[in-house]
Amino acid sequence: MATQHSRSAARLMMAPAVFLLLVWMLVPLTMTLYFSFRNYFPLRPDRVPGWAGFDNYVRFVTSSTFWPAVQTTLIIVGGVLLITVILGILLAMLLDQPMWGQGAVRILVIAPFFVMPTVSALVWKNMFMDPVNGLLAHLWRFFGADPIVWLSDASLFSIILIVSWQWLPFATLILLTAIQSLDSEQLEAAEMDGASPLSRFSYIILPHLSRAITIVILIQTIFLLAIFAEIFVTTGGAFGTRTLTYLIFQRVLESQNVGLGSAGGVYAIVLANIVALFLMRIVGKNLDA
Amino acid sequence: MARAVTTNRKLANTAVAWIIGLLIFFPILWTILTSFKTEAQAIANPPIFLRFDWTLENYAIVQERSDYMRFLWNSVILAGASTVLGIIVAVPAAWSMAFVPSKRTKDILLWMLSTKMLPAVGVLYPIYLLFIQLGLLDSRVGLVVVLMLINLPIIVWMLYTYFREIPGEILEAARMDGATLRDEILYVLTPMAIPGIASTLLLNFILAWNEAFWTLNLTSVDAAPLTAFIASYSSPEGLFFAKLSAASTMAIAPILILGWFSQKQLVRGLTFGAVK
Repeated sequence: MATQHSRSAARLMMAPAVFLLLVWMLVPLTMTLYFSFRNYFPLRPDRVPGWAGFDNYVRFVTSSTFWPAVQTTLIIVGGVLLITVILGILLAMLLDQPMWGQGAVRILVIAPFFVMPTVSALVWKNMFMDPVNGLLAHLWRFFGADPIVWLSDASLFSIILIVSWQWLPFATLILLTAIQSLDSEQLEAAEMDGASPLSRFSYIILPHLSRAITIVILIQTIFLLAIFAEIFVTTGGAFGTRTLTYLIFQRVLESQNVGLGSAGGVYAIVLANIVALFLMRIVGKNLDA
Repeated sequence: MARAVTTNRKLANTAVAWIIGLLIFFPILWTILTSFKTEAQAIANPPIFLRFDWTLENYAIVQERSDYMRFLWNSVILAGASTVLGIIVAVPAAWSMAFVPSKRTKDILLWMLSTKMLPAVGVLYPIYLLFIQLGLLDSRVGLVVVLMLINLPIIVWMLYTYFREIPGEILEAARMDGATLRDEILYVLTPMAIPGIASTLLLNFILAWNEAFWTLNLTSVDAAPLTAFIASYSSPEGLFFAKLSAASTMAIAPILILGWFSQKQLVRGLTFGAVK
């Protein structure tokens, strides 16, 4: 049905979007690559710009801040994934049960996802985690314990808690959508055949959810590797919360060591692409179906 | 066939689900409540839940001290303009991919998705530099373009999955009945596409509203939206919980309301059609 004419019209209709994204991708990427091979200190006229070879790449990886940043990133991403996926599965299964006011509960659970990152970080930081006036400090004192200075003594845990609160709705919603597509007759049959709740969960529900879980993990990983505002307004990267993203931000904008920061940026891009590759394969397969 | 469930079981489900739901919602509820307290009541121990002197003074102070309306207006402009622009660019693209697919359609879609995966921090300096050179730093125009570009892949994808659900046969039927191309677009396709376009608009408005990497790094005063306005509360001065709460409530209220309408689209939009 598609004639030559409609094909060229289609190409024309696609052109603006493709062109814009191509420019958006190629121009900054080329610049980052270029800077990553340069010695470049925009705020330091005394340091002569020049080619650096692979110096920046080597220096970025060998600097004393690199491995702690990688570790912090992994702990935050891993911690948030663990919490949101496990609680998300449990919550999705709960919300799938018959109950009164299901729609209303769903709205309550989803709400945190719509709170802008700077708000959720600051609300948690001050109204809950403040060691003097925060609600958690009040709670601790009520039980006769010494309040915890959350964002400095348990900084990573605090960040994980805040970010998990933001992302739990996303995981829950997607897993709930997946659970609802499960054939309930299959579960009934298993129940009648005497399968215990645990074996029903591990042999029917979990396998059915596996694809949705994979997608949740991949999409969240890509977003979690890039979290910024939550750290920017809480600790500013102090107390061991400097992630890879934050480290690059500091190199580039705070200390204006553009070459070094750009080399870090290239590492971040490679890392994100490895995750993205897996995601795209799943999405691509789905496109064929 | 629905499973027969005892009333007791349903009662238990309801109780547990509501408790957990309220627990998750509590930080938001607490913020909204605190915004109506005085600063002294906001930090009272034991905390006061409802029996405080309700006041609107925090809202007045926030507006007066930092010109809240200007930030709100910036947020509306940035999120609104970037989303509408994105839709204008994406509709023809998604349309042609859905109705005149070629061998390369899938590759183009996946490539667009891959641009969304590019970590922002990796291109922070180039964009920053370009913004300085073009005089776009702290300007609404520059941010509208950036926000449009980062959401464009999602917009194309969402529209594509909606358009693909419009059956092609209906076009043929219309043509057989003597409809011209203009009639087809105006009376057959547009009414069927509008719900999809509206959902896409809604979700991407929310995403742009909450975007907090570029809005924090590329604005200072003139173009700063609510994300940046709230971030200015990160250095505390004296008692400020009630004021922070008022500012936060104003920043999230409009989006919470919009968000509740968009729950269904959220899944489709953020999983690129992989979970429906």
